[in-house]
Amino acid sequence: MTHPAPPLAALFELTHRCPLQCAYCSNPLALTPPAQELTTAQWQDAIRQLQALGVLQVHFSGGEPAARNDLETLVETAHRSDLYTNLITSGVTLKEARIDRLAGAGLDHIQLSIQDTDEAQADAMAGVKGALARKAAAARAIRAAGLPLTVNCVIQRRNVARVAAMIDWALEAGARRIEIAHVQYYGWAIPNRAALLPPREAVDRALAVIEDARERLKGIIAIDHVIPDYYAARPKACMGGWGRQFLVIDPAGDVLPCHAAKTIPDLRFDNVRQRDLASIWNEGEAFQRFRGTAWMPQPCRSCERKEVDWGGCRCQALKIAGNAAATDPACALSPAHARLQALAGVTDLAPSPLLYRRYI
Amino acid sequence: MSERILIARESRPSLRRGVRLQFDSARQRWLLQAPERIVLLDEIAHAILTRCDGNVSVAAISEDLARQYAAPKEEIERDVSELLQELADKGYVSA
Ligand code: SF4
Ligand code: SF4
Repeated sequence: MTHPAPPLAALFELTHRCPLQCAYCSNPLALTPPAQELTTAQWQDAIRQLQALGVLQVHFSGGEPAARNDLETLVETAHRSDLYTNLITSGVTLKEARIDRLAGAGLDHIQLSIQDTDEAQADAMAGVKGALARKAAAARAIRAAGLPLTVNCVIQRRNVARVAAMIDWALEAGARRIEIAHVQYYGWAIPNRAALLPPREAVDRALAVIEDARERLKGIIAIDHVIPDYYAARPKACMGGWGRQFLVIDPAGDVLPCHAAKTIPDLRFDNVRQRDLASIWNEGEAFQRFRGTAWMPQPCRSCERKEVDWGGCRCQALKIAGNAAATDPACALSPAHARLQALAGVTDLAPSPLLYRRYI
Repeated sequence: MSERILIARESRPSLRRGVRLQFDSARQRWLLQAPERIVLLDEIAHAILTRCDGNVSVAAISEDLARQYAAPKEEIERDVSELLQELADKGYVSA
């Protein structure tokens, strides 16, 4: 049997602990309790196995990865294994001394997320007070340590009008890059969908602002923007294609082809405590199920884009079309596309209460 | 706010912090590791970037490559500047 190409990158969800409670969080509703998290040695072992397998970049994420006090140790292990190390953080608990230690351990880059540039709105979305000022302080410390910074903003209906202000915030913070991402409707974002989905006109206005800023700020800040699925005509290649480039390890050690894969109920996941990562990647059931094109239904099967977008997102197919093996409803050729568009029309004009992410 | 880096003949380019050249032994090829990106390099791009140590000018890099590949200097210099400008705009190269 020939093996699939090795993965390029791995996302470590080190923990589900987080000081924030974002209503759009893509973590699952059933958060992993701290006692079930992998140990330091188990993460280090995973790092070495992945390096041997051909992984080039490790993204330390969560939850809030800084909630693990062994973060420096893990960064150092990855760095010594020649892996590119990236920290994806909310920044609210990152103090100067910790950032310096992380830089010293060989951290290559930090992605810092902000909820909004309006303080009251940022607090309302994260469910805590005063996060934005602490993020600004973290950004200063990151730049002082000489680390490159990307600012990430998750866009939803309450902040979609402030895209220009977010770009300014990122410039002020000294970021080389800003990533403007629309909420992905997994995890906590699903029960909050009606309160989070922006109206079409607002998305179009934000797009115009971004296009203008890209021209104006060329070479000063790179602006990455992804069109929200709900308003697209063709899907994105989720994770660069199922089991093609990317894997996720969740806090308890389950290995997933994408961070939302656990929403597919009949998929069985291997765990790093029981099986080595090479055989999980090469032969594991969860990776094999939707790898390549053999599993595809029509219209994907005879479509010329099947090796471009790989049929889109499996989790969205399940959610909207009711079948994880269906064509992604974000595709205009999908029979369920109208259903997705209808959902996009159901935005809640009266501000509805948000369900905050927390252990339940 | 910083300004756009413009690559000129006398610029002395180097890779910025958080960007590095790496040989990928699993795939047997050179690549550029950058923030949340991996850039695959062809032979020419690799030859250019190994010379970007902050001490050598674009003109000197181009001359060197023109000699090595026995190619017209103007053409090489155009390719070198184009690649480096593109990477500078992405935030990977300073000069
Ligand atoms: S989205 Fe918010 S709540 Fe979820 S992990 Fe990130 S910062 Fe924490
Ligand atoms: S039909 Fe399938 S392969 Fe073709 S564009 Fe749509 S999702 Fe992609």
